[in-house]
Amino acid sequence: MAETTTRELLLRPIFHRNPIALLVLGICSALAVTGKMDTAFVMSVCVTVVVACSSFVISLVRHHIPSSVRIGIQIMVIATMVILVDQILKAFLFDLSKQLSIYVGLIITNCIVMGRAEGFAMNNPPKASFIDGLGNGLGYGFILMTVAFIRELFGSGSLFGIEILKLTSNGGWYVRNGLLLLPASAFFLIALLIWLMRTVDPEQQEND
Amino acid sequence: MAKESFFKPFYSVLVLAFVCSFLVSLASVGLRPLQESNRAMERKKNILLAAGLLHGNASDKDIDTLFAQVEPRVIDLATGAFVPPEIMDPKTFDQLASTNDPQLSHPLAKDEDIAGLRRLEKYSLVYLIKDKGKLKEIVLPIRGKGLWSTMYGYVAIDSDLRTIDGIAFYEHGETPGLGGEIENPAWEAGWQGKKIYDDEGKVAIKVAKGASKAKAKAASYEVDGLSGATLTGNGVQRLFHFWFDDQGFKPFLERLRSENGQEEGENG
Repeated sequence: MAETTTRELLLRPIFHRNPIALLVLGICSALAVTGKMDTAFVMSVCVTVVVACSSFVISLVRHHIPSSVRIGIQIMVIATMVILVDQILKAFLFDLSKQLSIYVGLIITNCIVMGRAEGFAMNNPPKASFIDGLGNGLGYGFILMTVAFIRELFGSGSLFGIEILKLTSNGGWYVRNGLLLLPASAFFLIALLIWLMRTVDPEQQEND
Repeated sequence: MAKESFFKPFYSVLVLAFVCSFLVSLASVGLRPLQESNRAMERKKNILLAAGLLHGNASDKDIDTLFAQVEPRVIDLATGAFVPPEIMDPKTFDQLASTNDPQLSHPLAKDEDIAGLRRLEKYSLVYLIKDKGKLKEIVLPIRGKGLWSTMYGYVAIDSDLRTIDGIAFYEHGETPGLGGEIENPAWEAGWQGKKIYDDEGKVAIKVAKGASKAKAKAASYEVDGLSGATLTGNGVQRLFHFWFDDQGFKPFLERLRSENGQEEGENG
């Protein structure tokens, strides 16, 4: 691990070690907030900030964390970060925080955050942990945005709320795909993405 | 990791808990004024949207200027009478918080509680919009259970006290794209001109299943449903039936109607 460069730390989690596609972590929020691009985007930013900051803080104090209570301490740091992000959203981006509602709070239970804290930040210096957190957040965001792109375009006929395909309900020609509006559709899309990524990069395939 | 003393886990957790709670309370207290003003602005915006005074997006400043013509008042739901501002200030009265106060609310029996509210407040806010001293519109806060969540909105009633001028839902947790379309302005526009009460004064407004097929007179009581969101639509219909019947705003509207002959009928 010592030789990995900053660049690798940042970029590897986006494709080769993507937290959603390879490790299949953080699925619940990926289902819930990918109906629209803008919510997916804000969620990605929030998760990235939380992973990077909490990894940084945990790595900073890693030598002082008694191993018997390390999980509790990690959760406490993560929860603090999440509450801060939530409060800031409510104050400055009120409309979006309304749409994300409980999902920001649920970042606490996002396995990616804790996975990186326990799996990386506990054994690595702060700077590397921060970069690693950033990379994993971006990897998460990459999947979220891809799924949201497909779901919003074919489910609501728009991207970032801007109309692309005119819906029949607004007097246009495009009949929306109702399935894509439901969270369950993200299951299919994520599965297809995982299939695609493992086909392009066979190293990710699991042996059985 | 070095050998740990017995007390280390305790004090490290305590120190961390202290630092974390300090940060969280700092953010919560420091940002509260901003958050409160966002919420208040959101409510004002939706009152104006329901009344049809605002279209599309507007800056906070525009909303404040437009809101100057709206007069908030507190009413007693059971009698329908206005409560003088000296007793209850409409600017500080928090209607939703009052539903948790045993002094200001009462539990609803299961068969009366068609909107799924559990508790009903004693006092409600109403917003009067006047044109040259004459009442033009009244905006009333409504809420009720949909499929998943409680839906919060405003409905604007014309000066004839039975025709809807507009509605706006501002908070709900219905399925985005299906039941969540209750906040779609295109759907909300379909409520304009519909009548809540029939000629006998009974609540007659209906949300159809799918597009409304009602003709002639019946059409003025029926609103298009949202396809794929029948249960949310039923919730909306039930909340109208609750809020415009005896438990809700009916006593207030009847009182206004009977006082209509007088010039200033609102000092009751």
